[in-house]
Amino acid sequence: MNWQGAVTGYLFLSIILFSLAAFYVGRSAGARFVAAEGASVHSRPIYHGAFAAIWVGLPTLLLVVLWLLFQDAVVRALVVASLPSSLTEGASPAQISLFVSEIRNVAAGRIFSEPRPEIAAAAERYASWTVIANWAMVVVALCAMALALYLARSRSAPRYRARQSFERALDVIMIGSAGLAILVTLGIIVSLTYEAIQFFMLVPPAEFFFGLNWEPQIPIRADQIAGTGAFGAVPVFTGTLLIATIALIFAIPIGLMSAIYLVEFANPRIRGVIKPILEILAGVPTVVYGFFAVLTVAPAIRQAGSLFGIAISPNSALAAGAVMGIMIIPFISSLSDDALKAVPQSMRDGSLAMGATRSETVTKVLIPAALPGIMGGILLAASRAIGETMIVVMAAGLTANLTANPLDGVTTVTVQIVTLLIGDTAFDNPKTLSAFALGLVLFIVTLCLNVLALRIVQRYRERYE
Amino acid sequence: MTDISNNQTPPAAVDWASGKAKALRKKRYAADRRLRYYGIAAISTAVLLLGILIGSLVSTGYLAFVQTHVTMEVAIDPEQVSADDPASGNYRAIVSDGVQRLFPDVEDGGALRAAAGIITNGAQVILRNRVIADRSLVGQTIRLQVPVSDPYDQLYKDVIDRDLPENRRRLNDSQIALFETLEDRGLIEAKANWGLIFSSDSRFPELAGLAGAIVGSFYALLVCFAISFPIGIAAAIYLEEFAPKNRWTDLIEVNINNLAAVPSIVFGLLGLAVFIQLFGLPRSAPLVGGLVLALMTLPTIIIVTRNSLKAVPPSIREAALGIGASRHEVILHHLLPLAIPGILTGTIIGLAQALGETAPLLLIGMNAFLTSPPGGIMEPATALPTQIFIWADSPERGFVSRTSAAILVLLGFLITMNAIAIYLRSRLERRW
Repeated sequence: MNWQGAVTGYLFLSIILFSLAAFYVGRSAGARFVAAEGASVHSRPIYHGAFAAIWVGLPTLLLVVLWLLFQDAVVRALVVASLPSSLTEGASPAQISLFVSEIRNVAAGRIFSEPRPEIAAAAERYASWTVIANWAMVVVALCAMALALYLARSRSAPRYRARQSFERALDVIMIGSAGLAILVTLGIIVSLTYEAIQFFMLVPPAEFFFGLNWEPQIPIRADQIAGTGAFGAVPVFTGTLLIATIALIFAIPIGLMSAIYLVEFANPRIRGVIKPILEILAGVPTVVYGFFAVLTVAPAIRQAGSLFGIAISPNSALAAGAVMGIMIIPFISSLSDDALKAVPQSMRDGSLAMGATRSETVTKVLIPAALPGIMGGILLAASRAIGETMIVVMAAGLTANLTANPLDGVTTVTVQIVTLLIGDTAFDNPKTLSAFALGLVLFIVTLCLNVLALRIVQRYRERYE
Repeated sequence: MTDISNNQTPPAAVDWASGKAKALRKKRYAADRRLRYYGIAAISTAVLLLGILIGSLVSTGYLAFVQTHVTMEVAIDPEQVSADDPASGNYRAIVSDGVQRLFPDVEDGGALRAAAGIITNGAQVILRNRVIADRSLVGQTIRLQVPVSDPYDQLYKDVIDRDLPENRRRLNDSQIALFETLEDRGLIEAKANWGLIFSSDSRFPELAGLAGAIVGSFYALLVCFAISFPIGIAAAIYLEEFAPKNRWTDLIEVNINNLAAVPSIVFGLLGLAVFIQLFGLPRSAPLVGGLVLALMTLPTIIIVTRNSLKAVPPSIREAALGIGASRHEVILHHLLPLAIPGILTGTIIGLAQALGETAPLLLIGMNAFLTSPPGGIMEPATALPTQIFIWADSPERGFVSRTSAAILVLLGFLITMNAIAIYLRSRLERRW
């Protein structure tokens, strides 16, 4: 595997060197045009150089990246196709993927027992084809660069519009980069949907969306008692909602009140001190909050409970929700801050001129006027709370209880995704695939919340601009 | 307006000095004060919570920056280790011989085993590395300073209370007595714990360090930067300067805003399904981690770059166009150089966010137990936040303070990055 990395590294290096060389070749050609013909040359020498460099470097770079991404998949498919029919006949996709991982292990030298001869032969093919594919990539890349240099060199002439060509290439790069954002969203939707459909072929959607029992296990033996597992996700959804609600109950009053104070009452000096402190709360990584919940908050809540003789679960929803609340205070306060500041000064002045006190102005004029913005902020915070992972992974429970009691342990969508996917990830059983179904639900719900919130905030902003 | 007021009878004069009006005023002022107090209370709560957060981390974490060591004499017996092949030798025997030298009076086997429990399990590895580095040590008797194992470290730092009844302590009276004889002989010393930064992970808290995680995070951020910085700038220039107003560009804009708010774990699922499953990239590799982080940082960089480009005054654009520059030349020669301080600031802040990101890295397997730093972007690695997660999950008591210390190290990196960003902004950014 190591020489493969070295070959790839040198190839990237040589692409850079070739592009630089092409740049100098192009530029000196351009300089010669200028020397020969003077002011009638169309483009400056530097554009002849840039034109050559971009033609030599860019297509090859794209080619190599795509090759690297798809080489393994292609080699795998070829090896699977070359397996003797005695192995593949009637084998399920799961068995095939097991063969593939076995072949790859043997090829990489991670052998624990003597492999079967078919597998050993396939592993040999896998290794040799990988080598061939790698060298083929090097040869193709070098040829492509030589060809591109020849073409670029043969096209350049005193009248050649090298600047326009270069700028068109830049346009293509920029449009491609902007389009990548769409590609990422598409990638998320397609990959989640694909795996979720696989899951729903094994577990009916009705069971997933309405079942009350969540025990994502797979039987190790066929005759195992109670080994079938249950994939009713309702307790997982209610657990997520419970923790998010607790977080919002903590965060909304604190965030909103501090925003009101900062905008309406605080003098600029206090504002200048307090705002960065709230921003620090937003910058703390969530894994830190998770550890804080386990280390400090959960034991404190348990102790408080035992003072009153109440038994509180060590991973109660209250602890996770409260810490998550701390995390989203800055979101709510900064978005409410923006919303309150966006209310025109004339409305404030009008209210005060009528003899209203500051608090009456805030509660009767500013908050109603800023309500859409504040609601947008709360929706965004809710989407954060639902999608937040580390705090709940560390502080919330693993068992799915269908309860609304904040002192009990509940589990959430994100906790289940992480626990289902840590460790082994064979993509053939409902246990692993259910994580993708949960992920799809999570993505859709947070997407709806975000779109709604952004739309509300935007419309509100337009109203006052 | 005028006819309305003409038709109405004027309201009766209000007696502002009456008791009723006074009471009403008082109530209204009280409400005003109350709202102010609520605000102060809310802000104090938030600041207090931040204080508790940092306080609890510092109060548990500072202990891990110091490690208790014991000095012991070991005789490197040529019969156990040969100078020709120092890598394989019976170092265990040498170390237990050293323990016997430490406690010459103890002869009972059980007591000796208890005494051996004082020094770290990794003592033989430390000794082996010393001998491999300097073969001439074979045959000599050297003084070796090794960390004490975790319970005794806690005892020396007074985390374990010696006054508690024996059955509620992790160490019994005879173990403490053994340790106290060492203390009396002045062999115990607390030293700065450089191993926390410079060694890699270990099953034993007294030996575990962050080097592997720091290197892994560095590689992942490098990949993240190399991908998201150029692509983000290119996309932002297109959207800000060239994109026509149509449905496609609207779609791209909505997309970018939404991507910024997609839960990070969804990016982890994407990385697992696409980069690892489909493209066959290695699990746990910083390359995959960096790719996933790049996708998450991209929206931040695009938004920051667009704002920086917007902030350049139109006069510069117009002047450049006026003397015959092409649109591309205006951007490359004028707008981008002027916008770069803002872009860099935003990029550093985006990378700081990426450095603290945990959930997607867990899904792509960057939470492996690894005892050496990764050698490259294709090798298995951990990252700082995932290392914190691993340690927080470890049952050993010693990992509690290690975890807090690791968090302090992570926060130190984040503060440094943000400070650099603020410094760059104040030094380079121009006000127009």
